[in-house]
Parts: sequence; structure tokens; C-alpha cells
Amino acid sequence: FAGLADVSISEDIPVEGEITVPVGSRSPDEDYSTLDEPVRDTIMRDLKAVGKKFVHVMYPKKSSTLLRDWDLWGPLVLCVSLALMLQGGSADSKDDGGPQFAEVFVIIWFGAVVITLNSKLLGGTISFFQSLCVLGYCVLPLTVAMLVCRLVLLAGSGTVSFIIRLIVVIAMFGWSTLASTAFLADSQPPNRKALVVYPIFLFYFVISWMILTFTPQ
Amino acid sequence: FAEFDDAANLLAANPDATTISIDEPVEIPKNQRSRLQEPGREEDDELLGTDDSDKTELLAGQKKSAPFWTFEYYQTFFDVDTYQVLDRIKGSVFPVPGKNFVRLYIRSNPDLYGPFWICATLVFTIAVSGNLSNFFIHLGKPTYHYVPQFRKVSIAATAIYAYAWLVPLALWGFLMWRNSKVMNIVSYSFLEIVCVYGYSLFIYIPTAILWIIPQKVVRWVLMMFSLCLSGSVLVMTFWPAVRDDNRRIALATVGTIILLHALLAVGCLAYFFDAPELDFPAPISPTHNGTTVITKS
Repeated sequence: FAGLADVSISEDIPVEGEITVPVGSRSPDEDYSTLDEPVRDTIMRDLKAVGKKFVHVMYPKKSSTLLRDWDLWGPLVLCVSLALMLQGGSADSKDDGGPQFAEVFVIIWFGAVVITLNSKLLGGTISFFQSLCVLGYCVLPLTVAMLVCRLVLLAGSGTVSFIIRLIVVIAMFGWSTLASTAFLADSQPPNRKALVVYPIFLFYFVISWMILTFTPQ
Repeated sequence: FAEFDDAANLLAANPDATTISIDEPVEIPKNQRSRLQEPGREEDDELLGTDDSDKTELLAGQKKSAPFWTFEYYQTFFDVDTYQVLDRIKGSVFPVPGKNFVRLYIRSNPDLYGPFWICATLVFTIAVSGNLSNFFIHLGKPTYHYVPQFRKVSIAATAIYAYAWLVPLALWGFLMWRNSKVMNIVSYSFLEIVCVYGYSLFIYIPTAILWIIPQKVVRWVLMMFSLCLSGSVLVMTFWPAVRDDNRRIALATVGTIILLHALLAVGCLAYFFDAPELDFPAPISPTHNGTTVITKS
């Protein structure tokens, strides 16, 4: 600006021109108003968001979509379907059987809340619901494992089926843990990563144990 | 270097003032250190940790300044790094005779991470190992039908969390009460006691896994071993706190600590792990009408 220091505008030179504001895109209000769209569009948009997150979980790569647009529909659907599939287990008495529906529900949600609190107390930068969202969505591989186990158990319940179920559950447990740490690990302080990852490991281990020990009537 | 002169002048004027030195603790003047400790209690040096225990005492009051309804207050209880947690676990598994766990490892930074997650791991380890061991014991029997016994998880959780939080509460209350009657050199805060109890339970995790082995002798040997290790951590922590008291009360306190600890271990073993049955070869006992009856015990 050194060259402009000696520029002086004398008062008798008129300043002319045109000031126009180009009106290009529509105003932002019209883009986000979803009141007038058909219900089908609303539902499909949410379903597509949930479906996209499922795909992200199955092929975990570093993307912030899962974190940014969190929703809890997916975890709810997964939790309910897992709890339903864990019903129907054998029990000699009411006390000795597998987990009840409420127990599975409480374990998944309470466990996810405790892990989220733990990572926030250790100094994590992720928000509460984002972490719940990630932990809930990463139950998807284990739900798939439960489905496979029930199908295998339809065929028979001998040693071979047990080994197949064991391999499937271990693989899906590893997948779940790796997927959730891939999403959550970056938001933790570097010298406490193991402290945050271990409870996640324990959480999915307990769910895997419930899946593996499911015995039908 | 004007500040050093000021400090020296202040110290000369008031030799009893406590000073905080940022450098190595050897720079604390010797006369000041001995003023802080009673003469004839040199063994407290080993039990109280290394020289900078004075420094940590001074720094302890400055840590938790956030009000208790904010999130930051609770974050101060999780202010540990991975290597610190691993160090504390190592200290609880390999107790060094004569070293106090609290002074050596906790050092005025008690954390709630260790106690909470060690208890959680212990709950699930005991439930899973008990289930597995019952499965292996009853494996060949035709009448046995495997059940996951999930209800036992909630029972295990209640028992272990109650032990790890209520017993320290009771012990802390008791020590506070005795402190008001007898002047003790060593006193612990509630969180430090919770910390010691939580970390001392760690040895039971590998013990519970090894309890899957269905041999009575092996199980009892393992139990004795882990009871000695974790019991010694507790005893070495709490003996200096009750030593100044009436002899009988001190012994009764330490005895109760060990007794409760043993009760927990024995109770877990008895409730979650079925007794391994020993199949003796059937003795043949001739009855009065000549037929032989084979009994299987």
C-alpha cells in the first residue's frame, strides 16, 4: 500500500458506477424447508443416511461422515434385532438361561454410555452423541454374526457348528473393535489411547460372549 | 538473580516456612525436612516413598479446584496416562516389601479409571470363567445341558462393586474416627483407599482365568497365592496408618481387612465355580443276598 499513500481524492471528481448484488442461488431457507415434501422423501432420506453409515461400518476408512451426522436410529434397530435374536434360548429355570431382552438392551446402551463417559473424562474431544452413534453402529458386524449363528444352529448343534460359530464370532468381534477404534481413536489424547480402547474391547467381548453362548431349545 | 536473594531473605526471616522447589528435591534444606518429620521415624522414609513425598503433599492441595458440579471436577480423577495405569497395576501384582503402594504409585493422583475398569473386567472374567469351567466339568455327562447362566453376571457385579466401594468407605470412616482420637502420621483420602482396593483386585483376574482348571488343589493354591499378593499390598498400605493406635485395634483392623479380602475370594470360588467331581472307581460291596452292588460316588 506504499504506493497509494500519495493518492489523494479531490472532492470535485464524481464517483460513478453501479452497485448490483447478483442474485444467483435461492435463499438458504428454501433449501432446508422440508415441511412440504412428501413423507416418502423424508423417510427415504433418513433411511439412506442410516444405510450409508452401515456401509461405512462394514468398510471402515477414515471419513468424518459417521461422526458429523450422527443419528441413533441405526443403533436402535441393531440393538433391538440383536436382543430379539438372543431370545428363545434354553433355560432350565428362569435364572439360568441366556440374557433377557431387557438385559441385552441395558448392557448395550448402558455400556455405550459408560464408555463414552470414560473417553470424555480421559480428555477426548468427541461429543457424547457422536460416540454413542459410533459404538452403536459398530454392533452391526456382531448382529450379522448372530444371524449367521442362528442359521448354523438350525442345521445342527454339534462340535462342527460350534467351531464355525466360534470362528465367525471371533472374526466379527475383531471387525467391530477395529471399526470403532478406527473412528474413535483420533479424538483421544495420544498417550491415553490404550485406556480408551480397552473398554471398547471389553464391551464387544461381552456382546460376543452372549452371542457365542446362545443355545437354542 | 534478585529473586533468589529475596527467597533467601524470606527463609532466613522465617525458617519454618515451607518452600516449593521446582528442581530436584535434594535442594530442600536438610534442617527443614527433619522439622517436618518426627525424630526416630526414619523408617517412614521408606514407607512414605522417596524424597519428593514432601513436594507431593504440598502440591496435593492445589489440584482439585473445580466445583463438584462441573465436568472438570470429575476429569481430575481420570488424569492418568497409559503408562501410569500400567505402573500401578505392576505395583499391585509385585508388591515390594516395605514400599507403600499409595506413596509409591498413587502420589496424590488417585484415579478412578483403574478401580472401575478392573472391577468391570473382574466381574465379566469371573462370570465367563465360571461358566466355562462348569461346561468343561460336566462335559461328558448325558444329562447335562449347557446354560449360559447370565443371571450370575449381575450377582457378580453387585458383589464386586459393593466390595470395592463400600469397604473402602467403611475403612475410611473408621480411620477418620481413629484419627480424631490418636494423631496419626499417615492418613489417606477416600479416593486413595478406593484406588488401593481397586488395584489390589487386579491379581484376581488371571487367577479367575486359571480357576477354569478343574483341580481342587490347583484352585486352592492359586487362591492362597493371589490372596497373599493382594493382601500384602493392602497390609503394607494400611499398617502405617493404624500403627500408632492401640495395639489391639491396629491388629483387629488389619485382620478385618484381610478377612474381608479372603471372604471375597472364597465366596467367588464357591459360588461361581462348581466343585470338580472326582470319579472314584466303584467299590464292590457284597450285600447279604449275594448280589454285588456297584456304587458310584
